[in-house]
Amino acid sequence: MEKQNALYEYNLRIGDSALVLAQRLSEWSGHGPILEEDIAMSNMALDLIGHARGFLTYAGQVEGKGRSEDDLAYFRDVRAYKNRMLVEMPNGDFAVTMMRSLLFSAFAYLHFRGLIKSNDETISGLAEKSLKEITYHLRHTSQWVIRLGDGTDESHQRVQNAANDLWSYTDELFEMNEVDEYLIQEGIAFDLKNLRAEWDQLIEEVFSKATLAVPVVGYKSKGGMNGFHTEYLGFLLAEMQSLPRSMPDAKW
Amino acid sequence: MINTQFNEKAIWLLLESIPDPEVPAISIVELGVVRAVRVFDDHVEVDITPTYSGCPALKTMEEDIIKKLTDDGMKVVIKTIFKPAWTTDWMSDAAKQKLKEYGIAPPEKLTFEHLLPLGNPHNNPIACPFCDSRNTKITSQFGSTACKALYFCDHCHQPFEHFKCH
Repeated sequence: MEKQNALYEYNLRIGDSALVLAQRLSEWSGHGPILEEDIAMSNMALDLIGHARGFLTYAGQVEGKGRSEDDLAYFRDVRAYKNRMLVEMPNGDFAVTMMRSLLFSAFAYLHFRGLIKSNDETISGLAEKSLKEITYHLRHTSQWVIRLGDGTDESHQRVQNAANDLWSYTDELFEMNEVDEYLIQEGIAFDLKNLRAEWDQLIEEVFSKATLAVPVVGYKSKGGMNGFHTEYLGFLLAEMQSLPRSMPDAKW
Repeated sequence: MINTQFNEKAIWLLLESIPDPEVPAISIVELGVVRAVRVFDDHVEVDITPTYSGCPALKTMEEDIIKKLTDDGMKVVIKTIFKPAWTTDWMSDAAKQKLKEYGIAPPEKLTFEHLLPLGNPHNNPIACPFCDSRNTKITSQFGSTACKALYFCDHCHQPFEHFKCH
């Protein structure tokens, strides 16, 4: 494992996860249940696009082949995407969307907080910046999950179903491979195992207020960092990439 | 032809005349986006930092800086930096007053509570920019731009925007 390749892969994972979730949240634009929530989801999407831009730009610089953030976003196929699978899950109803962002934001919050200490200046800077924004997402989605869980029978059931359906993708948030091992030794990344207990605690605190049961699911999906994805990601990319691929010189 | 008469102070003055594209009541310098200016023999470097990472106004600010300085005969290189992360604590009291006069409740001092993962922003109602009452409530943490939240004043019954502490 050489440093250049490890760093490239690591940036892709963070950038791709942010980009795919941003695309999912953007699907709500104009369709939010209320105006304020429509705006909130678009705002969160915008923050995540910002995170994706930072990490993908840096990935391109590290790779050294002259690829820009746009080249990486629009001209890689599904197997080259390294995002966590949780974020490619379809929006479902509002409860699924809020639950998905809660589970991811809690992870990203802890991840960015840890990466501030990275001895890679760029990663540390991007993490410090992203942390403040993801904190908003975590607060916002946790409040919705509490409101829905502790709401009507219908909203409670829907948000519990959302948790049950998404739970098999939560272990993958903490998956690591030789890229992590190498970068941990270099002081650039850190061990995601150290985050697990705190993530569990955050989620349990929210679930308890929301009167939700933490799901117990036997099967856990893994493989996003190796380019293995659910069938949903290909459709998402097809839509996101169609314009620059059909008109590569388009400016907007 | 490069104009060499500019010094750093003159450039800062020029930059102070560029309004924030989304909140034109304050300048990009008052907003805290311009972090440093360096003058070289043949060009000028300006460090800027985004308010929010996805803020679409950053591109406009870059273009405005380039236009303003090239119009004055300078060659400009813009560098985007992320560290230290932008904070509303960099905004001066004078800038906050301008926001208030413009009808936007200015950011208050960033506290530990603002950074808690599961904190509740409803705990500290902010003052209405129109009547100064703190009998206000949040309607949404997210507003018309990334940097603002929506509030309603129960005293003067006006909806208003709050420039979030960040």
